[in-house]
Order: sequence, then structure tokens, then C-alpha cells
Amino acid sequence: MATEFTPLPALAGGLLIGVAAALLLHGNGRTAGVSGIVGGLVRPLRGDGAWRVAFVAGLVLAGAVGLLFRPALIAPSPRPFGVLALAGLLVGVGTRVGGGCTSGHGVCGIGRGSRRSLAATLVFVATGMLTVTLVRLWGGLR
Amino acid sequence: MTRRVARVLVAFASGTLFGLGLLVSGMTRPAKVLAFLDPFGAWDPSLAFVMAGAVGVYALAVRSQPRAPLAAPLFSLAPAPRIDRRLLLGAATFGVGWGLAGYCPGPSLVSLATGGAGVFVFVAGMLLGNFMAAAAASDAHPSPPENTEALQG
Repeated sequence: MATEFTPLPALAGGLLIGVAAALLLHGNGRTAGVSGIVGGLVRPLRGDGAWRVAFVAGLVLAGAVGLLFRPALIAPSPRPFGVLALAGLLVGVGTRVGGGCTSGHGVCGIGRGSRRSLAATLVFVATGMLTVTLVRLWGGLR
Repeated sequence: MTRRVARVLVAFASGTLFGLGLLVSGMTRPAKVLAFLDPFGAWDPSLAFVMAGAVGVYALAVRSQPRAPLAAPLFSLAPAPRIDRRLLLGAATFGVGWGLAGYCPGPSLVSLATGGAGVFVFVAGMLLGNFMAAAAASDAHPSPPENTEALQG
């Protein structure tokens, strides 16, 4: 599955993500970790839900804006439903147990110099690469 | 405008910008994410630039952090426990799921806007997994609730 190397849009998107996370830090004193923000909604505390819902609504709004103006930027996953269900389960359990995902550990944690987040990021990138490599050697998932 | 309303607006603006960043960067195209995770195949290293840009800006934001947040009384950042087995096992599990689907939490939520069945299946699994892990550990709150503690990570 070859995709084109696009360093400039990637960097531009990364800068936007950084600004968004900086806004939440300076404004609300919060880490922009998506799994943590969503996880707090699974069993919400009183008065702690509205900002989380607003953040997720913003994410979905961005998706709608993307669909409207640049539909090619959003594509479905090439994997079948059964694999997506299992993958979702693993992502849900793993981010809860590991205390963060690509945003919480990979961006915010590393950005504030946390060795713990650096370790988590190295591990999830490594097992992600291992998984993709094994799936390719297996001949793909249909 | 109360500070509580301000916090909701800040979160909404942040989520929107965050989602636009994910779109522009290519993270909402799972094939591109899977190609990033395939260094021994047809590797597409683009997503390393996403992380470089985001970490760079955020590191500057941390250095210029005000004494208190603008719309909240305190910083409520996650505590920083040691690197332990839970952290590493959780991260390893997350990576396998990420590599299977090409979705991590942020891009999957942005992609819900498409109404595609596949991404709804993924997000349902993610919420269920989160709930199961929380129930098993009886830790109700992955990130600290609003304004309860001022922990510096």
C-alpha cells in the first residue's frame, strides 16, 4: 500500500495540532490527550463532562469541514469490520491501561519532556510497526 | 461569560483545530498511517513530520506556560508515575490495535463525520475497551477531573 511522501502538509498539520494542544494547556490547564479526554466520558464525574464533549464535538466538526472542502483527506480504513472491532478494543484497553495515546504521550508528553511518555511512544510505534510488518508478511487482512 | 463557559469554548476551539491538524497532516487516511508503520515495506515517513511539528510547538507552549491557566484556577495535568509494567503493556497493546486498523483515537473521532460503518465499529470497540479496562482497574478517571489537583507532570 504505497502512499506519497508528503512532508510539508504533515509538518503543517503537526503545527496546527501543537497550537490546538497549546490552547488547551494555556486556556484550561489541560493535556490534549484524546484517549484521556474520551476516557473521562466513559464514567463522567459531575461538572467534568461538558468540556470533554465540546472537544470531541470539535474533532467531529473538523471532520465535517474536511468532507465539505477536501473530501480526499478522509478515507476509510482498508481493514474488514471484524479486524476494526478487535483493533478498537485493543486501542481502548491499551490507551486506558497505558495512560495515553499518540496525542497524550506522543505529542504532549514528549513535548513537556516526560521520559514516561517517550518510553510509551517508542513502545507503541514499535508494536505498531511489528503488527503492520506481520500482517504484510501474512499476506494482508481481508 | 463565566469561566466555566469559557472552558467549554476553549475545549471546542482546541478540538476543532486539533481535528483540522489531523486532516491536513494525513492522519485521517489510515492507509498513510499504515504505510508509516511499515518501515520494511513501502515506507512513507511523512507522519514523523506531524510529530516533529506538534511536539515543537507544544514544547514552546510548555516553556511559556502562564502561572495559572487563563480560564481555570489550576493546571490539572496527569501525575507522572514511574515507567512501570502497566505503562509498557498498555502502550504495546495500543500499538497492536493502531497497526491493525491504521486508526488512533483522534483520527477515528474526526472520521466519524463520514458516517462510515467501519469507523463506527472501531470507535464502539474503543469505548468498550476503555470501559472494560477502567472497570477492571476500578480507576474511573484516566485524566484528573477538573480543578481538583494541581499536579505538574
